[in-house]
Amino acid sequence: MSQATLRVQKISGHAGSVPGEDTQRQYTVAKLVDTTTCIGCKACEVACVEWNDMPFSPTTFDNTYQTMPETRWNYWNLITFNEHEKEDGSLMWLMRKNQCMHCAEPGCLAACPSDGAIVQYTNGIVDFQQDKCIGCGYCISGCPFNIPKFNKETKRVYKCTLCTDRVSEGLEPACIKACPTGCLHFGSKEDMLVLANQRATQLKDNYNFPNAGVYDPQGVGGTGVIYVLHDATQPELYGGLPSNPTIPLMVKLWKGPLKWLGNLAMVGGVIGLFVHYLRFGPKDRDDAPQEGAQP
Amino acid sequence: MSETGQILPRGRVLRYPFAERLNHWLAAFSYIYLLLTGLAFWSPWCFWIAAALGGGQTSRTVHPWIGLVFFIAIMRMYSLWAPQMRSTESDKQWWRSLRHYIQNEDDKMPPAGRYNAGQKALFWSFFYSAIILLLTGVILWFPEEIPWNLRWLRYIAVFLHPVAALATIANFMIHIYMSVFAERGAFGSVIRGDVSLEFAKRYHPEWYKEIVGGSSSSPRK
Repeated sequence: MSQATLRVQKISGHAGSVPGEDTQRQYTVAKLVDTTTCIGCKACEVACVEWNDMPFSPTTFDNTYQTMPETRWNYWNLITFNEHEKEDGSLMWLMRKNQCMHCAEPGCLAACPSDGAIVQYTNGIVDFQQDKCIGCGYCISGCPFNIPKFNKETKRVYKCTLCTDRVSEGLEPACIKACPTGCLHFGSKEDMLVLANQRATQLKDNYNFPNAGVYDPQGVGGTGVIYVLHDATQPELYGGLPSNPTIPLMVKLWKGPLKWLGNLAMVGGVIGLFVHYLRFGPKDRDDAPQEGAQP
Repeated sequence: MSETGQILPRGRVLRYPFAERLNHWLAAFSYIYLLLTGLAFWSPWCFWIAAALGGGQTSRTVHPWIGLVFFIAIMRMYSLWAPQMRSTESDKQWWRSLRHYIQNEDDKMPPAGRYNAGQKALFWSFFYSAIILLLTGVILWFPEEIPWNLRWLRYIAVFLHPVAALATIANFMIHIYMSVFAERGAFGSVIRGDVSLEFAKRYHPEWYKEIVGGSSSSPRK
């Protein structure tokens, strides 16, 4: 959406150079989620569903403050809830706003075979173009965060757009707008990192969270959603947030060495067989013509 | 019912009965569709093939179904040919003499039966590849059904499916080259079913012996 104002940086499944690639630089944008001030009110979940005009999605009650087990094709933003028992026996409620992380090196985009179905804009937003999606689900395998979700009726894959339609008009994403505690911030990645580190320092110095820190995983080149965590050494506690996410090794091998070896072997094979024919010809060329060989 | 090795008029012999030919072409046409659409998903440089075959969505929807057809054809092939595809002592000799085979010195090759060692290798590699392609293909057909804690299944599938496909492509290219270009009469045999007795004698001497020995009519020569 809104490609008029958002400039393309990378697109999926494209042969050759990308039209309009890097013609204009933009600020890399980021959402900052401060898990230490999230109260789990779900205003952002509702704002997301409302703004993106999603149909009603039934919730699952499992005796926690989590709306459903994981995001859905029509529910892109979910506060995960975990009750964590600390060593001193006291409890912590860990709430984390889970959505597409908008990786700088997106696994979904690397895995996608369809020309232009996944776009990364120069501001860092990774967006799916459903009209070009072929529904193969390779993005599901490329993503280390379990984000792209398949819609069986449309046979397309959906996820958070980081409100490209709002951001391209200079507005913040809907979830940010709805947050009542100020635990969500939106701006340039640079500014968000400064803010996040300030908050982490504050938590260490004044609030007795010696392991507080910022989650901006470098395994995927950094993300467009960064977290402040009470304990950055154990991100898994927060609804299974991976401590060092990367594009899965098998996906990298498939899109890297296997592809090149395979292409080399296929082209080499065709050339080899042709050269063999030039050198040796058909097997029976010395024979007299076979009588009635091809009646 | 006509069987392989049946001597036909004008110095010809039946090599592939109708059931075998039909099954071969069921496998062949389904394979070619799978190859073309598979290449489209393999590389952006080939994605135009998907557009030419009805679009990416169509290709993605139809590819798995044709894959099932291909798998069934390969299993039928197994039931038709597996006993004849078992490796023999002379097959090992055949591989040791591969250099002569490549240089078209067929007179220096150990005598092959109805299938030579290379054809047997083609058969088994297609058979095992088809099994791998089916197992990984089912996962790729419904990736959204694989729960997150079993995601390693998807990782294995996205890697092994193209690996097995590349193995079939190598065999497919050699198969096409041998049957269409290198051995005159081979392509006709899988269309019309018969080859000349000279063809049988030259490429499959042991099979030729069976034919001649098992027939009352002596071959012309």
